[in-house]
Amino acid sequence: MIKNIINLGDASAYCDFGKDVNKEINSNVISYFNNLKDKNIEGITNITPSYNKLIISFDLDVINFFKVKKIIENLEIKNGNENKQKLIEIPICSEKKFTLDSNRLEKVLKIKFDKILDIFFNKEYFCYMTGFIAGMPFLGDISEKLRAKRLETPRVKVPKGSIGLTEQFCNIYTYESPGGWNIIGNTPLDIFNKNNQKNPALINPGDTVKFKQITQNEYDKIKK
Amino acid sequence: MNMTKLKNSYFEIERAGVNTTFQDYGRQNLNHIGIPVSGAMDKRNYILSNALLKKNLNSPAIEFAYQGPLLKYKGEEIFIVITGDVKFQIVRDNKKKIIGEPYHVYLIQNNDQIDIQSTNRSVYGYISISEDFILDKTWGSYSINTKAKIGSNNGEKLSNNQKIDIEHKKKKLTITNLNYVNSKIEYIRVLKSINFDFFSEKSKNIFFNKEFKVTKLSDRMGMRLEGQVLENVVNSNIKSEGLVKGVIQVPSDGNPIIMLSDHGTIGGYPKIANVISADFDKLVQMIPGSVIKFKQVSLDEAEKLFKFYKLETDNLINQI
Repeated sequence: MIKNIINLGDASAYCDFGKDVNKEINSNVISYFNNLKDKNIEGITNITPSYNKLIISFDLDVINFFKVKKIIENLEIKNGNENKQKLIEIPICSEKKFTLDSNRLEKVLKIKFDKILDIFFNKEYFCYMTGFIAGMPFLGDISEKLRAKRLETPRVKVPKGSIGLTEQFCNIYTYESPGGWNIIGNTPLDIFNKNNQKNPALINPGDTVKFKQITQNEYDKIKK
Repeated sequence: MNMTKLKNSYFEIERAGVNTTFQDYGRQNLNHIGIPVSGAMDKRNYILSNALLKKNLNSPAIEFAYQGPLLKYKGEEIFIVITGDVKFQIVRDNKKKIIGEPYHVYLIQNNDQIDIQSTNRSVYGYISISEDFILDKTWGSYSINTKAKIGSNNGEKLSNNQKIDIEHKKKKLTITNLNYVNSKIEYIRVLKSINFDFFSEKSKNIFFNKEFKVTKLSDRMGMRLEGQVLENVVNSNIKSEGLVKGVIQVPSDGNPIIMLSDHGTIGGYPKIANVISADFDKLVQMIPGSVIKFKQVSLDEAEKLFKFYKLETDNLINQI
């Protein structure tokens, strides 16, 4: 449940669901997000869920913080959004050329890279949020054995499709972008497709992702 | 050979300028998938460019920064207007040069050139035309976001030698103008933000009493400031969360960054303050090297100041 609603500037409401990051709290955030979104409230210009916060931006010309706060406080949370949440299989190739940080991870985690991949692929991941760059999913939680810090010096360019690990999370670079996560593979799928204006993001908050290891051959086939 | 009629009019871009894009109000309700709002940086000047030509206020206009484009016009006559604090000239087909005045509507004919020389101690300016640019919308907006490659012109800024097509509906207009001076601001007004208390008492004092300088690392995404370092005394790691325009984040180096129209949708730096909506237009026009002083206001005052800002804009539109 929301612990506190305060203003973030003069045109946003900041809903705090607590300090912890876990699936239960995040599901709650997503539930508020879905219910608010479905109501199409005039004047609300963006609703941004993250691990344990929800930020609601509005047009100060139409509505203000006091009114938005009232709406959130009186919001009836209907369940049943669960059926919007999908299980998505994402193929990943972990051939040498895609595993930019295999050596670093072996050193930091003191586990052979093959074993790292075994542990990684043997789990389903929950999508906490998408963003930073268009469609980038923040997934978790990865096994405690695989938790590593981000690179000391971020890469200027992480290739599109890269799968990265940091702390309890993994993500997928939807575009070539700067970034500091530990890269262990690459997907041939377009995780974000701007030409699909209705559903541009393949993975949305609340979805579950299962990664499937594929060979270079399979990768090339999907890619073309 | 058949004589063909001029089907469409167009601008030839002889010089694109530093950062020339199409902008409108921007796109909403997409932050949750990582897509920023974007849209015109200086909303009032953008709106005035359309208002002066009696267009829908949300029509796409050309936004330029510092040095703008040099455009050569081909086609039947149209009207144009430039807004902002801008130095420009119109070079007629017969080489006659006219010193341009912002907020004045000009009639442009075949082979005329519009040369946007520079913005005067400000950053952004706008060009609107009486007819319609032929552009593609992405998610309900023409705004170009060059980082995400989203919007009209394939999400790229305008480049040399490219053409901008215009649909010519032969709009009738009377030449109008508006007397408007872009006033400078003494303070940027802010509200305390979520993590204000993460900073030492000394740093809080510095924030409200010392000057900060706008650095060159400023663009449509954000404005980096430089000044006395702000010290975060709470040993806390912020989990990434949503960002909004005007939020002032302080990364570990202690120098504030203000998020602007193309900002990333989430981030994990502590937030010390938020610039009030009424001051966005003035903020974005501050050039590198300018000095910023922050002044704290209450939410109630911020809302009143926004109403006043809106009223001022409406009054300007009504004068046209």
